Amino acid sequence: MEIGLSHYLSVAAILFTLGVIGIFLNRKNVIIILMSIELMLLAVNINLVAFSAFLDNLQGQIFALMILTVAAGEAAIGLAIVVTYFRNRGSIAVEDINMMKG
Amino acid sequence: MSALVEYLPILPELIVAIGALILLMVGVFQKDEDANLVWFLSMLVMAGAAFFLIKDWGINATLFNESFVVNDFTRLLKVMVLIGGIFTIYMSISFLIDAGIFKSEYMVLMLFALLGMMMMISANDLIAMYLGLEIQSLALYVMAAFRRDNVRSSESGMKYFVLGALSSGMLLYGSSMVYGFSGSIYFSEIAKTALGDGTASIGMVIGLVFVLAGLAFKISAVPFHMWTPDVYEGAPTPVTAFFAICPKVAAMAILLRIIYNAFPDLTTQWNQIIVFISIASMILGAFGAIGQKNIKRLLAYSSIGNMGFALVGLAAGNREGVEGVIIYLMIYMVMTAGVFALVLSMRRNEEMVENIDDLRGLSQTNLSAAFLLALLMFSLAGIPPLAGFFAKFYVFMAAVKADMFILAIVGVLASVVGAFYYLRIIKIMFFDEAKDSFNEMPSQLKVVLGLSGLFVLFYIVYPNPLIEGARLAAKALLPTA
Repeated sequence: MEIGLSHYLSVAAILFTLGVIGIFLNRKNVIIILMSIELMLLAVNINLVAFSAFLDNLQGQIFALMILTVAAGEAAIGLAIVVTYFRNRGSIAVEDINMMKG
Repeated sequence: MSALVEYLPILPELIVAIGALILLMVGVFQKDEDANLVWFLSMLVMAGAAFFLIKDWGINATLFNESFVVNDFTRLLKVMVLIGGIFTIYMSISFLIDAGIFKSEYMVLMLFALLGMMMMISANDLIAMYLGLEIQSLALYVMAAFRRDNVRSSESGMKYFVLGALSSGMLLYGSSMVYGFSGSIYFSEIAKTALGDGTASIGMVIGLVFVLAGLAFKISAVPFHMWTPDVYEGAPTPVTAFFAICPKVAAMAILLRIIYNAFPDLTTQWNQIIVFISIASMILGAFGAIGQKNIKRLLAYSSIGNMGFALVGLAAGNREGVEGVIIYLMIYMVMTAGVFALVLSMRRNEEMVENIDDLRGLSQTNLSAAFLLALLMFSLAGIPPLAGFFAKFYVFMAAVKADMFILAIVGVLASVVGAFYYLRIIKIMFFDEAKDSFNEMPSQLKVVLGLSGLFVLFYIVYPNPLIEGARLAAKALLPTA
């Protein structure tokens, strides 16, 4: 079977959906949310690289490189915020993030 | 030398970027415990950038292989963002000193956020748009959690981070689909291929929907508004003021740019989405605010509603609509800055209070502040002859011109419902039993509150410069329409 563009797009769509579901269904740990976010961004990268190869156009791969860089910065900031939160609250369970409700 | 002259159109961005880096150094090497010098210099940097923007009025340019576009539209919106930044930094100082977080990093982060917004407003391809958005967002996540010994602040930072990252993810997924189905990341190329051979491909529409969803998150339009009340409540108040003013303007600007520059032919597709989120935001903003007790939460719902009103102008899809959106954003910025100046002055016995009940009888303890806040509240409710009425008038007129009567009617009804909670605050201030008076209002807050009150009151006398600016900006965005 020939692996075509649609296969790559399907994998990326499934990974992206898993990432979104991971953010909303996870009730345990904020770190898992960070992993889900990373999963979403990597799904986008698969999309971009697949399109780039299929269209014979380099812009997509450059975009993917930019996303990798930004994702690293984003993860660093996310973890820093998680650390300050843990210092104040003593827990990073998702169900404990409820000081404000409305 | 001649090679450098080509880059002159991004001089304002360079000033902000290099200024932020220099201020980081100044902050590190300064012996002084307080950050007064950095505070002053940061405002100077923003004013310098705004000066060079205004100086080049009327010049159009594209740089970096069309990745970056400069015209009157981007210029006006950038000046608005910078002025909003100057005012929020100016009125932050008393709060920061009292909370013990008057650090130079605050100003530097704000400058980086503004840099991101300016790059985003000028972005002319998907990569530049994403990078601008992320520069802005990464700085804002940190600012929300800036009071790091306060559990509410770090919680709001965390919520903002998780939902903001989710929205960037959606924006990116949409961008990748748009890239894949149009074959280019440049807005101008996307505009040429978006419609294909008469009908838009399904992949393109999916991409458009995801991009709009990601941007709706940033302007806190329903159904992507759920972070707003929590983040507004938890973040330090000057940061909340900043959130309510600058990122909204910048995100609305890139929303206008991407819709009119990249998807001008997909009108039927984006119009349905914008009409829906506009109506939903107006209604939720009006009803959600009614039961609120915390004034920052109330302002969060108010900003959701206001973004809904601004989107009416975008939904109209004509040049009047774009003008309406720009004028709406200007007036909204001024009113919000004034209201937040008063919220920042709500201190009693060396502690911030932020319940609406704490405003009881303000007219007896501080009549001028109560009067100015009442003025701003009347204006937010849209009562003529104050500025807020004209803001709503322009967007609704644009909707009527585009034959979108239902949208305009829903908008008017929503603003009637919204008037209830604005007027309730006035009633609390003027007719309820007085509580203890607040601490003396710092002079910076007096200045901002006074200026904003004057603007709201006298807008009717001399609105021409703003209208003319908005007209030129709309013309730059939509040259043919």
